[in-house]
Amino acid sequence: MAGKEVSIAAKALRDVKLGELGAWFGSRDMSPKGIISAICRGRDRYLNKYIYVKKGGIGGIAMILTGYVALSYVWEYDHIKHDRWRKYH
Amino acid sequence: MALNFFDQFMTPIYMGIPLITLATLMPRLTFLQPTSQWTTSRFSTLQSQLLNSSTYQLFAPLSPKSHHWALLIVSLMIFLITINLLGLLPYTFTPTTQLSFNMAFALPAWLATVIIGLRTQPTHAFAHLLPESTPPLLIPILIIIETISLLIRPLALGVRLTANLTAGHLLIQLISTAMFTMIHTIPLMAMLTGTLLLLLSILEIAVAMIQAYVFVLLLSLYLQENM
Repeated sequence: MAGKEVSIAAKALRDVKLGELGAWFGSRDMSPKGIISAICRGRDRYLNKYIYVKKGGIGGIAMILTGYVALSYVWEYDHIKHDRWRKYH
Repeated sequence: MALNFFDQFMTPIYMGIPLITLATLMPRLTFLQPTSQWTTSRFSTLQSQLLNSSTYQLFAPLSPKSHHWALLIVSLMIFLITINLLGLLPYTFTPTTQLSFNMAFALPAWLATVIIGLRTQPTHAFAHLLPESTPPLLIPILIIIETISLLIRPLALGVRLTANLTAGHLLIQLISTAMFTMIHTIPLMAMLTGTLLLLLSILEIAVAMIQAYVFVLLLSLYLQENM
């Protein structure tokens, strides 16, 4: 569908070309209120897609838990890396 | 080194934020809000059923005046259960293994019940310090003992939760270390240890839920005494 010119600020991230990424980033609302509203929107999108459905499976909550485990691992990597090849635990 | 087994109870700091912050904020993500849907999803129904039944269980023996505490007590219970269960996942941190964390819940809540009791019905509150039909000779000693047991309640609440969770996590780490070490030398023993580890993990899941429930049940009992 050719023709309609949309401003960069109104585009969703998946429609932004790679070269326009900087301009798109600059046009977004980066105040604390904007960031928090973006996080809330993201959370609502995730919940509406995976959790608030009639027959939700284990996948929705499993993704949250896996993300939490991965984030915890990244958080304590500097602490854990000494355990790898230690001879006596 | 022996110190290594207690390293799991430390909070590493990454980019200036300790891990306990993430572990404390994470349960909020697992709580579902009521939606405007008429027929709610599976998870929402499950959550609301569990909350309703546990609220009923906790508050049925309490007087209607104490039902104001329902929000505080049930939210505390669901928070503790979620924290305890999330702590059983690999690489995660369990804030309830820290005594300071648990005392911050136990002490103010217990103190509130005591102050409410002393303000609204002081005679009744003091009457709890002496069980009925005690022999007269024992009365002085028993009052001292009951006062001590009253004052030690917050410490008992906090330490019970801390000790149960810390001991469980330590046992899991010890047994898994043993199994890891033995698997090359004595595979049969390692398999038996693995079975033990499986049973222990099931026990830990149960303990995680039971300890949070007991914490909250005791608080509701102290409330029942005083209100």
